[in-house]
Amino acid sequence: MNTHDSSLLGSYPISGKFGKYGGKYIPETLAPAVEELESAYEKYKNEPDFRKELSYYLTEYAGRPTPLYFAKNLTKHVDGAKIYLKREDLLHGGAHKTNNTLGQALLARKMGKKRIIAETGAGQHGVGTAIACAVLGLSAEIFMGAKDYERQKLNVFRMELLGAKVYPVESGSKTLKDAINEAIRDWIANVKTTYYLIGSVVGPHPYPMMVRDFQSVIGKEIKQQTLEIEGTMPNAVVACVGGGSNAIGSFYPFLDNSDVVLYGVEAGGKGIKSGKHSASLAAGSEGILHGMFTRLLQDDCGQVIETHSISAGLDYPGVGPEHAMLKELKRARYATCTDQEAIEGFLALSRSEGIIPALEPSHAISYAMKLAEVMKKDDIIVVTLSGRGDKDVEIVRDYLNKNKNSRKKKTKHAK
Amino acid sequence: MQNRITKKFSELAKKGERALICYVVAGYPDTGTSKQVINALVKGGADIIEVGIPFSDPIADGPTIQAASNTALRKGMTPEKALHLVRSVRKRHPNLPLLAMTYSNILVRAGMEKFMSQSKQCGLDGFILPDMPVEEADTYLLTASKLNLATVFLVSPNTADARLHKIVASTSGFLYVVSVYGITGARKSFQKYTLDTISAVKQVAGAKVPVAVGFGISRPAHAKSMIAAGAEAVIVGSAVINKISDSSGNNMLQDLQNFAQSMKKACKSK
Repeated sequence: MNTHDSSLLGSYPISGKFGKYGGKYIPETLAPAVEELESAYEKYKNEPDFRKELSYYLTEYAGRPTPLYFAKNLTKHVDGAKIYLKREDLLHGGAHKTNNTLGQALLARKMGKKRIIAETGAGQHGVGTAIACAVLGLSAEIFMGAKDYERQKLNVFRMELLGAKVYPVESGSKTLKDAINEAIRDWIANVKTTYYLIGSVVGPHPYPMMVRDFQSVIGKEIKQQTLEIEGTMPNAVVACVGGGSNAIGSFYPFLDNSDVVLYGVEAGGKGIKSGKHSASLAAGSEGILHGMFTRLLQDDCGQVIETHSISAGLDYPGVGPEHAMLKELKRARYATCTDQEAIEGFLALSRSEGIIPALEPSHAISYAMKLAEVMKKDDIIVVTLSGRGDKDVEIVRDYLNKNKNSRKKKTKHAK
Repeated sequence: MQNRITKKFSELAKKGERALICYVVAGYPDTGTSKQVINALVKGGADIIEVGIPFSDPIADGPTIQAASNTALRKGMTPEKALHLVRSVRKRHPNLPLLAMTYSNILVRAGMEKFMSQSKQCGLDGFILPDMPVEEADTYLLTASKLNLATVFLVSPNTADARLHKIVASTSGFLYVVSVYGITGARKSFQKYTLDTISAVKQVAGAKVPVAVGFGISRPAHAKSMIAAGAEAVIVGSAVINKISDSSGNNMLQDLQNFAQSMKKACKSK
């Protein structure tokens, strides 16, 4: 890794690894399934029929390409570099998740697997999976931590309306990581008939690569649209990182353009020092979870610890292995943003542009606003607005009621 | 490479017996009782003990072992304390083959080499890591072989032939055949494919390493049929934990001993 040639960054993973990260640390029963998936993906990913079908659904059904919108009011408000928003919130389903669920569900259908299982945290990936399965005629069963199941009842109902079965998971901390554990257990038991549709760039190889590829449509469009509108590449691309799929999707097409600075923004929760956050890149250590070697939030003994974020979609103790590599190589910079700062970003965008963002990309917006202040006025920042905020309005209302007197804090900058 | 595990298997072979392997969760029902649990199982006839070092995210385990692991973690069990337990069991049973069953992150977090050499010092004979496939195992295998620790790998009913050969070449101590498509947890019955898997694996592994079957085994009749299909050992885990959680205080250790005795009897009959 030290002798790494950064002009070849786009060629990772190599043998299933992003440098030393990634791999497939899985029970033996899954080894054949993961091999089958890998060869099916290699077979279909460049096959014209598959590309055509995916492109059809992305365009005609899900609404791609999504706009790249110049947020002139927000830019004026900040009085700094130009802020553009990549509008993944306008994609069918309300978040970037649909790029991946359509891709994987089509692949599952090609592989002859009719039963799809998936995990979900707040419910966005569960909804995305239910949508893809409904339109493609597949059956969807979704595992959701019992805590999330309770606090995201509307999303549970949405999934059910779309024809999916949703199972509350009572084990462990009853959140996203336990939903993934339970989905893996189900997959082990039903490996012959079932396709596991992972929602982020996590899990054993080939998932981190495959989900990245399906999400890379975001970055490809950013590149093309920035060139069309501004006649140049962006100076910076900013995206939030939980597992990291919208960020990798935004970054990947720029990896070999070293003058485009890439910023991933993790959930700083109540502050890194409080221990109540989800910033595995900023504060984690190396370890193995969910089939991958990556950076984890864990204790000294290797037990994975409970995380916190105001946004359920970032509330995950691990991170995609490609991000762990990009951090190590310093190709991408990673910052954190607290709950409070995310709320400020959420409010600023709602008021200045009439766009209510999801709490996840509110982290990216908040960070981009700080970044714009210190960049030149003709610099271009693209923020991936990975989802819309309808799902979060109750959480924001409760937060604002509780924190009426809380004072504003400063963002921690990327190193 | 002679160690307590291989010695035990050759002793049993001479007597025409099969091995009973019992799994316990370190720290379940609590740290103190764990040792007595092991003593009771050995008294009943367990030939080999697997000490489960609890991990927060045990993806290969069903509800029984998950719950026992959670209880143990809540009561403060750590990998270090689990090795203390191993050390004290070793003192009491100098010849008992003792393996640790845990997940890769426990070793990775502590440092593979450091943790494995500590384990060796405490009297451990080997490891079983259900989320460590052969492809990722280079450092693990190298370290284990330096320390003369066994590395038990798992095969599954869907393991293809070429892969099976690779796993047989990497495993030492014994080969762990996962009996079913599924996770750990006591079962009432098994399907024919389980027995077919055992005979198929036995054909490839038979001459090189003993074949042990685990996952779901909870009754003497299960052990008998696995042995009839060619298994040289049966592994009982969740059923042991169920006995612990179902028994009331005083009778628990006696119940465990009786259970081990009934399972061992099945391992002796021809």
